[in-house]
Amino acid sequence: MSATATAGAETQGSDRRETLRRILQGDLASLRVVIGLALIWVIFQSQNDRFLSAENLTNLMLQITGIALISIGIVYVLLLGEIDLSVGAVSGLAAAVMAVLNVKHGWNPYLAIAAAIAVGLAIGLLQGFLFSRFGVPSFVVTLAGLLAWQGALLQVLGSTGSINITDPKITGLANTFYDGATAWILAALVIAAFGATLFLGHRRRVAAGLEAESPTGMLVRFVLVAAVTIVAVAVLNSDRGIPLALLILLAFVVGMEYVARRTAFGRHVFAVGGNAEAARRAGIGVNRVRTVVFGIAGAMAAIGGIMIASRLLAVNQGSGGSELLLLAIAGPVIAGTSLFGGRGSVWTALLGALVIGSISNGMDLLALSSAVKFMVTGGVLLLAVIVDAVARQQRQASGRV
Amino acid sequence: MATAAPLLELKGVSKRFGPVQALDRVDFAVRAGEVIGLVGDNGAGKSTLVKTIAGIHAADGGAISFEGREASISKPQDATELGIATVYQDLALCDNLDVVANLFLGREEVSPGPGQVSRQLDEARMEHQTGELLSNLAVTIPSLRSEVGTLSGGQRQQVAVARSLLGEPRVVLLDEPTAALGVAQTAQVLQLIRRLRERELGVVVISHNLVDVFEVADRIVVLRLGRNAGEFDAEATTEEHVVSAITGVGAEGERKNGENGEERR
Repeated sequence: MSATATAGAETQGSDRRETLRRILQGDLASLRVVIGLALIWVIFQSQNDRFLSAENLTNLMLQITGIALISIGIVYVLLLGEIDLSVGAVSGLAAAVMAVLNVKHGWNPYLAIAAAIAVGLAIGLLQGFLFSRFGVPSFVVTLAGLLAWQGALLQVLGSTGSINITDPKITGLANTFYDGATAWILAALVIAAFGATLFLGHRRRVAAGLEAESPTGMLVRFVLVAAVTIVAVAVLNSDRGIPLALLILLAFVVGMEYVARRTAFGRHVFAVGGNAEAARRAGIGVNRVRTVVFGIAGAMAAIGGIMIASRLLAVNQGSGGSELLLLAIAGPVIAGTSLFGGRGSVWTALLGALVIGSISNGMDLLALSSAVKFMVTGGVLLLAVIVDAVARQQRQASGRV
Repeated sequence: MATAAPLLELKGVSKRFGPVQALDRVDFAVRAGEVIGLVGDNGAGKSTLVKTIAGIHAADGGAISFEGREASISKPQDATELGIATVYQDLALCDNLDVVANLFLGREEVSPGPGQVSRQLDEARMEHQTGELLSNLAVTIPSLRSEVGTLSGGQRQQVAVARSLLGEPRVVLLDEPTAALGVAQTAQVLQLIRRLRERELGVVVISHNLVDVFEVADRIVVLRLGRNAGEFDAEATTEEHVVSAITGVGAEGERKNGENGEERR
């Protein structure tokens, strides 16, 4: 016990430097994105004062939900250092499965949703198995999937080509709002849960005799999160209230971030992405981890597809097509998840979708053409990838002596 | 120095890769609290011997006994279960994970709870154990939460060695632990090897660097062309003797392969 205490005292000074380094190198990525997002918002607000209105911000949240959910699965795939090009097609196919089962076959909406998610999960597991078992590059497996599942979408939709969703249970996913007192109770619950997590984590470290975060640091984080929550709820409440879709998205972000950061499985995902050979020698079932991660990507794609269908009230032959796939991959990369594997966070799915959604929404308000929209989004993505590559080079240059 | 019965003993172990006889009736023993320097020219069979002990290659012939009992090692898990840990030259660490995560990789401590996915990593316990292990070994790392990729080569080597100790092995095999390290870092790693000896572990160090071997080893085992080519007490021999055993060209005239190493036990 005393040995640890002295060791702790010795390393305290260098710990502070280490924290500073982390802020500069690691967490700088998310800070950079938040600043970038603020910049985007200021620019659009100065061009059109409706941009930061409560109504438009609520719309923005609804617009990004589907894509951010798909991006959550992409984050896991990127953590492995792999890519999944099929998520767009899978999201369309899953939504079509749900719509056909519910509208044409009269299935219970929850059963139809569960079936759609099961289809996405099964597709993902199959692709993951093919990739890990036969060593086919994930790029190729999922490119084949992209084509095949698009074909399956047309097959499932049949001759009608478009199905309108009318079941209130399904359309309610994207069109339900909690306002007034309910919204504030939700906000209080979120803040209390965050505070409790902070406090319990701190107590556990102290109990184990480890150096714990300073009370000031914890207070700053708590106040920051509470303030953001309160402002967000105040804004959303002045329009229609907190969208159910946003709550679903946040629940998935928090849940999947927990799995990535706090569980042995998540640790193994990072390890495989960082050094697959080291992970294998440490006794980790590398192929199992890979298969499950692609399963997660498929399931999240299905969930995203369901949310998009719920918002658009229909599934058609174009569902899950056009730029959805590229934006779902671009989002996390823009927000700092590395394309090279082993580095990133589930929060980048939300942040990235916010950046891309803001650009798209703002340009729509300014009545700019799709041409400009695509070029600007492409430019932002390119910039983000360059930043990622440069950061990696710097790590490699400074990492090993 | 070690006097007890050998912890790990190989008798007449052979290994053939197609036409190449990589190991030819090699005898080898390591006792608790003893550091063995395993030396030899390229292709002498050092790595093959270590890989045979580590379970990466199964031996074609000969007998292996561990703590006096006959043992068979045909896969890495067999070696691990016996209590043999190997630290490879390329270290096999995940640069993107911190020291604690690397140490516990593949054997994470989790809090009790339902379902494998929901069970939380017990970071506090892992960090506490890491801190104790490293301070027992007098390994200094800037922070247990540093990413391993940001550490120096010597620190990475020490983390890799410390990690091999988590399974509480009896024998530790180190493949070229000082290769590509600077003077100060080499000294740190050699100091760590001495601490393994103090913990009554049997330690086998493969090295090309005779200076390092003499610095740390109690006994020096020389392999040449897959055969035993001599065994020396590090205190009582000189570098020339070892070199002549390695090359097979002696200062006191030419040696025949194997049979006439000095102080052979």
